[in-house]
Amino acid sequence: MATTAVPSPVEEGPPTGPVTLITHDSFWVSEGTLEAFTAETGIEVVLQTAGDTGQMVSAAILTTGDPLGDVMFGVDNTFLQRALDAGLFETYESPALAGVPTSLQLDPTNRVTPIDFGDVCLNYWIDRFDVDDPAPSTLADLVDPAYADQLVVQNPETSSPGLAFLLATIAEYGDGWEDYWAALRDNGVVVTAGWEDAYWGEFVSGGGSRPIVVSYASSPPAEVIYADPPVDTPPTGVVTDTCFRQVEFAGILAGTDHRAAAELLVDFLLSPTFQEDIPLNMFMFPALASAALPQAFVDFVRLADDPYMLEPAEIEANRNAWTERWTEIVLR
Amino acid sequence: MLCVAIPAGFLAVFFLYPVGSILVRGIGVGGLERLAGLPGRASFRGVVWFTLWQAVASTALAVLVAWPGAHLLARRRFRGRAVLRAAATVPFVLPTVVVGGAFLALFERIGLSDGPLRLTRTVGAILAAHVFFNVAIVLRTVGTFWEGLDSRPEEQARVLGATPWQAFRWVTLPRLWPAVAAAASIVFLFCFTSFGVILILGGPTRATLETEVWRHAVFRGDLASATALAVVQLVAVTAMVVVANRMQRRRAVGQRPVRRVLPRAGGRLLAGNLGLLALVLGLPIAVLVERSLASGRGADAAWSMRNYAALADRVDLLPISALGALRNSLLFAVVATGLAVLVGGLASVVVVHGRRTTSRLFDLGLMLPLGASAVTVGFGMLIALDEPPLDLRSSRWLVPVAHALIGVPFVMRTVVPTLRSIDHRLREAAAVLGASPARVRRDVDLPIAARALAVGGAFSFAVSLGEFGATSFLPRHPDRLTAPLALFRLLGTPGEALRGQAMALAVVLMVLTAASVLAIEGWGRRGAVRGDL
Repeated sequence: MATTAVPSPVEEGPPTGPVTLITHDSFWVSEGTLEAFTAETGIEVVLQTAGDTGQMVSAAILTTGDPLGDVMFGVDNTFLQRALDAGLFETYESPALAGVPTSLQLDPTNRVTPIDFGDVCLNYWIDRFDVDDPAPSTLADLVDPAYADQLVVQNPETSSPGLAFLLATIAEYGDGWEDYWAALRDNGVVVTAGWEDAYWGEFVSGGGSRPIVVSYASSPPAEVIYADPPVDTPPTGVVTDTCFRQVEFAGILAGTDHRAAAELLVDFLLSPTFQEDIPLNMFMFPALASAALPQAFVDFVRLADDPYMLEPAEIEANRNAWTERWTEIVLR
Repeated sequence: MLCVAIPAGFLAVFFLYPVGSILVRGIGVGGLERLAGLPGRASFRGVVWFTLWQAVASTALAVLVAWPGAHLLARRRFRGRAVLRAAATVPFVLPTVVVGGAFLALFERIGLSDGPLRLTRTVGAILAAHVFFNVAIVLRTVGTFWEGLDSRPEEQARVLGATPWQAFRWVTLPRLWPAVAAAASIVFLFCFTSFGVILILGGPTRATLETEVWRHAVFRGDLASATALAVVQLVAVTAMVVVANRMQRRRAVGQRPVRRVLPRAGGRLLAGNLGLLALVLGLPIAVLVERSLASGRGADAAWSMRNYAALADRVDLLPISALGALRNSLLFAVVATGLAVLVGGLASVVVVHGRRTTSRLFDLGLMLPLGASAVTVGFGMLIALDEPPLDLRSSRWLVPVAHALIGVPFVMRTVVPTLRSIDHRLREAAAVLGASPARVRRDVDLPIAARALAVGGAFSFAVSLGEFGATSFLPRHPDRLTAPLALFRLLGTPGEALRGQAMALAVVLMVLTAASVLAIEGWGRRGAVRGDL
């Protein structure tokens, strides 16, 4: 009788593929980008998408140990702790991390590697405000009667930007966040289930009546790039002091058969080739500090110097309690 | 044998085993304890009550709104009959995010977004959207059956002095009942497991079992609670299907296909009967078409075909062009429909002519996928179909299989009432004349059932073209984007051009659906003509 061989912890010979990259639906890169990796290493990349971030992480947790692929890209800091607690990833410290700001490196043991980030911020319709009637500049402004019935947000129990905005208010007000939301409710905030029905339904941009919406720091460049007819400047602005930073990570999935190839792929995700391809395909910002940005991002985005953030562990420990409390305060 | 084995195998491998696996996993992490705790929670009772009553109300409304149209389709001849039939199927393929937007814009325009008649973020909006989506099921299922119903008994009743109402109430309705029950059971299941409509149109305070399963499984990562809710949902759906099937069996009556010339419908009759339908279906669709043709904002707004022209080009955000996504969707729909017609057709024969127990089990089991949540089926497939010989979780064929699961009930609910109603004297005559049972099936049953098979097939096709929920859970290569997924991605980024393109894609999807339905049913009709006696 043959006994099961203990797999060797170190792969012999050159890394082999193909390596499978699991991503969320919003992932895409230009043609030729992943091919550059294959040309360089001889390893083919197979892409698999698995729903939005929540679906992808839940699916990965259900298949822990028998993963659908070798590397997962797209888990963000609001889902990170759940993925780490489930033991989804193997530790890997990429040499390319040297070029990434430490503020984005949220797992000190390097089970995941930051790849890009995006800020969830209030956006406003510029034409609806002027010098006498200025746009809000802080979270506190939103409870001012001057902004009554102007704000639309997403439900944090069903929407990722909705959750990020709730976290921004918790980071700002601490225990006082409940009173803040009660005041927002009194000031006529409207809540939608998702980003689409907020932006395209209630916000001025989609034909709605409300001039302030929770969206992204990268929304104004998108309003220019995908304008119809073309415009020179975006019709929307970002309230820079209201941003919550979402960081997206990649990790090597525990149980991979292609560990060495997976390491090379993670390194590649932090290479300038991949990093500079991120903004226009995914409307996120490259984690690599030296990566060049496309002109629309240079012209129309001013990133917050000190965005709101919370520890992934704190988010995971409290999110269900917070969102339940939020539901009672805002919706009941 | 194959009649039993193919549907049974299909259901077991692609539904029972995956759903069983995920439920077992959830029970392993405390699902049963959560289940025991549910009835004591007021919020849970509220969710169950709301899920149930909105589904009942939506179903009743859909039947009422569809009724005059179904009568007209069955009993009158008029220009554009086939087109109306096909057009009514169109809402099926529209993603809820698009329909939700169209309804909100419509409410705004006709003054229902505020004030005492406010519909925005109310149950009223949910009901209106459910009627919009499901009216076609009643219209078609009941209409097709009605059309095949011999009208002479009514005429005899009228000659004997019955009023039109009496003739309808005591002669027509009892015979129509199986088809009404069949259509209503499908509509009910659709509304019972409705997801996008509830979230987008109902406002943030409304929840159903389906949205709660999703919220717990995906957003909160609480598999135990999600499992408990999924069990409640499955039990409720099973009970409902058992009751509905019993109603359909009890009321089945014999019918003989008759060829006759239908009276032509007058203009006033047409307008009266179709007015409501045109309002419910037409207005939201008109809003979509208008949006797809508009470009620019405010003072710069203009009519153009730009959004349609853009469909051929890939935008940076998408792996393929919108047209490429449409091609994928068509391919998936062809495979899914083939599967659904095969499995559903065989299963229908078993339900009508098979052994009693097998018949009841098939009638129940193959309906269940319609009432199971996309989360349960999607995640179930992921953890169950992971080992040879069923290592299918990354297979491209899993998407059409998931679509076929939802298409099979449509095929069965149109074919079973028709097969049941075939006059047994017809079959006996064939047998007396020396036809073998197989020959009877081929020469008597098949031609009569062909039209019903085509109607069911057309529905499966439309369902597959528009499916979003289950598809989004299944892993796939980015290139295999379907049209509804592409549409959702286009709407996920700001920019007027992207929204315009999304609207144009929705309209193309509608036209494609109508065309496919016309083609599939045309084929079914030709098959049926050969069988006329």
